[in-house]
Amino acid sequence: MRRSNLKAHLLRPQFAALAAVLFINWLLFPGFFAITWQDGRFFGSVIDVLNRGAPVAILAIGMTAVIATRGVDLSVGAVMAISGAVAAVMVSDGTPAVVAVAVALSAGLVCGLWNGVLVTYLDIQPIIATLVLMVAGRGLAQLVTEGSIVTFADPLLIYIGTGSLLGLPMPVVIAAVLMLLATLAVRRTALGLLIEAVGVNRSAARFAGISSRLLLLLVYTFAGFCAAISGLIVAGDIRGADANNAGLWMELDAILAVVIGGTSLLGGRFSIPMSVVGALIIQAMNTGILISGFSPQFNLVVKSAVIILILVLQSPMAAQWIARRTTAAERTPR
Amino acid sequence: MTAGDTPVVEARGIVKIFGQHRALDGVDFAVRAGEVHALLGENGAGKSTLIKILTGAYQPDGGEVLLNGAPVRFSDPLQAQGQGIGTVYQEVNLLPNRSVAENLFLGHQPTRFGIVQRKVIAAQARELLATYGLEIDVKAELGSYSVAVQQIVAIARAVELSGKVLVLDEPTASLDRNEVAKLFEVIGRLKARGLAIIFITHFLDQVFAVADRVTILRNGQLIGTRDLSALTATEVVRMMLGKDLAYDQRTLGVAESVQGPVRVEFRGIGRAGRVAPFTLSLHEGEVVGVAGLLGSGRTEMARLMFGVDASDGGEVTVGGRSVTIRNPQQAVAAGFGFCPEDRKLDGIFGELSVRENIIIALQAKLGWFRALNRDEQNEVAGRYAEDLDIRAANHDMPVKLLSGGNQQKVILARWLAIDPSFLILDEPTRGIDVGAHAEIVRTINRLREEGLALLVISSELDEVVAYSNRVVVMRDREMVAELRGEEITPAVIVSAIAENTGAKA
Repeated sequence: MRRSNLKAHLLRPQFAALAAVLFINWLLFPGFFAITWQDGRFFGSVIDVLNRGAPVAILAIGMTAVIATRGVDLSVGAVMAISGAVAAVMVSDGTPAVVAVAVALSAGLVCGLWNGVLVTYLDIQPIIATLVLMVAGRGLAQLVTEGSIVTFADPLLIYIGTGSLLGLPMPVVIAAVLMLLATLAVRRTALGLLIEAVGVNRSAARFAGISSRLLLLLVYTFAGFCAAISGLIVAGDIRGADANNAGLWMELDAILAVVIGGTSLLGGRFSIPMSVVGALIIQAMNTGILISGFSPQFNLVVKSAVIILILVLQSPMAAQWIARRTTAAERTPR
Repeated sequence: MTAGDTPVVEARGIVKIFGQHRALDGVDFAVRAGEVHALLGENGAGKSTLIKILTGAYQPDGGEVLLNGAPVRFSDPLQAQGQGIGTVYQEVNLLPNRSVAENLFLGHQPTRFGIVQRKVIAAQARELLATYGLEIDVKAELGSYSVAVQQIVAIARAVELSGKVLVLDEPTASLDRNEVAKLFEVIGRLKARGLAIIFITHFLDQVFAVADRVTILRNGQLIGTRDLSALTATEVVRMMLGKDLAYDQRTLGVAESVQGPVRVEFRGIGRAGRVAPFTLSLHEGEVVGVAGLLGSGRTEMARLMFGVDASDGGEVTVGGRSVTIRNPQQAVAAGFGFCPEDRKLDGIFGELSVRENIIIALQAKLGWFRALNRDEQNEVAGRYAEDLDIRAANHDMPVKLLSGGNQQKVILARWLAIDPSFLILDEPTRGIDVGAHAEIVRTINRLREEGLALLVISSELDEVVAYSNRVVVMRDREMVAELRGEEITPAVIVSAIAENTGAKA
């Protein structure tokens, strides 16, 4: 039973897609899988995919729960900018980095809570409610940095963005730990099931005595928190806060990662690890196009073509086709 | 029926099948010019299906529609409109942010060289509305007027576009008394102009006030078409609910059965505009049936009890202790369960599995951190699925793939899993197959014997009579009667429902 479950998991189209993208990367660039050990950490294209994919993966972790409730959070890119700006300005004013990080993460929580309040208590459609912060958030970040790029040399922030732990880049470690904790939090408690119930039928959830509002507040707040972590990583990576460009359009990559991961925009069933796989697929494509020597102009077109392919593979039509093939295959030996 | 004049629109032997369910089964229906014809029936009787077939929204699976005696086949409502059949729905289907005049002529504005002539439109609109006794600023936004005015504008537009048959689908549901009177005046004028008007409503007094004839449907069958002048309200209710007054005996033994102390008491619970304050106590081991027509406030009463809507005042006590119930969570915490009327909308989680659908209320009650593991879930789901004979290939399949009856049993299982002390069932047997029907009635009786307090809302009077220890009757959003013992017969219930209706205009 368990084994066949594992097999079923590995046969998911997302893994096939990831394998295919990696394989094509290898064809285009034979050194793709080469990993070297240098200065106490791993280097290589695959490590680079993980490292570069981490910010979107972290956003996708938070976005998954939001989308599972039939919502969406467009503001995460802007929240990244806010969090980076807050941390950068505080450390450059001499605040201890630990405090700056704590305040930046709290800013993310507050932003998420704001979205949650708009969605639950004012009953604004999620896409509009979070659009408010998507626009205003970047403005807030610009106010915090007073319009300039605030650079810093604080070792802790830089470590978050570029350091390493056990040979792995820090962003990868953070993303992996967050994925693990978030998955445990939703699957070892009843949260996952209740979130799915709210996403499938909010009215029925109400009649069943589920506290939908509290759950919605929680998922939006968590998405804001994830965005703040992502913002710290991006700021640490470039050793500065760029309110105009930090996290720009990344909310869209995060949504895409969740959708590629198999969570429907109509809410319901979700999987946080699969969303992370979705983020890795996106990053593997980006990296592949960059290192293969194609001109970067191809990037967006190729990316969208691959995405269409993945979505077709996930469609009910394809699932039926595969189901027919497998039952036929199972029958023949008898 | 008077012979002679051909009906403007006629349906003959209409059959409509959804899946395995016959929504309409050989229904005949005819409307003459210059008459207001009421179409009555409880939910699921087939009224809206019949209307959708007459207006081209559905295609019949059998039978034919005739317009002025000639067979027609409409592919969509637009075509029906073009041939003379216009419809006005309860929710006004117009553009509230455009002017009254624009709404009246949208899609067929008078133009000159392709340019819309605003002045001409305004003048024509004023002229048109004057014939309806409506003198308003036609350049103002439609949304700035009351629902009644919007209804009349919608009617004017429908008549302008169609001109032979006007279908009014619950037009009075959101109107107050004066507005209803205004609307009836308009209906009177149109009748005088020779239009055939089909009027759908749940309010019997309005039927008697405005309609000439009535056609009654029940469970997709035609019960009959009669002249209203020859009918009493009681007879109409009886036709709607299918109660033959000769059938008068009740299953004895229920009322006399022993019942325990008061389990739950509602004192002065009500909500302005929804249901007048009522007081009701339920004993352990007692089934209280709720009878009343659709829109009588029976569902609203249940929603207040379960905290889906908050009460304006009053007090709830459970086992003698006062409790606050402002939302369903508090109701569940107090040991209440509620199987809502609209299974699909408020009951099932279609994409989730049978197992998850059964344990969800228990899980919500236990809270976030006391998660049922897979074995516990299987155990709970298995026990109640077996208890209620839920037929599912396995408990991991999505509940949406089950039949309506099995879905209803899943929701019942969900509430039994929290070990409730008070259970509300709103139309538990509507739209489900005979086998599941019997199973649910059996379960109601079994739960009573196990000491539960139950409130069961049902339009099936035979059923209500068979399992209720007491019956309360709702009418016009008010609890009007409480019947006990010998009084619990279909005849008494029917007359309690019908009492006074028709007397007021």
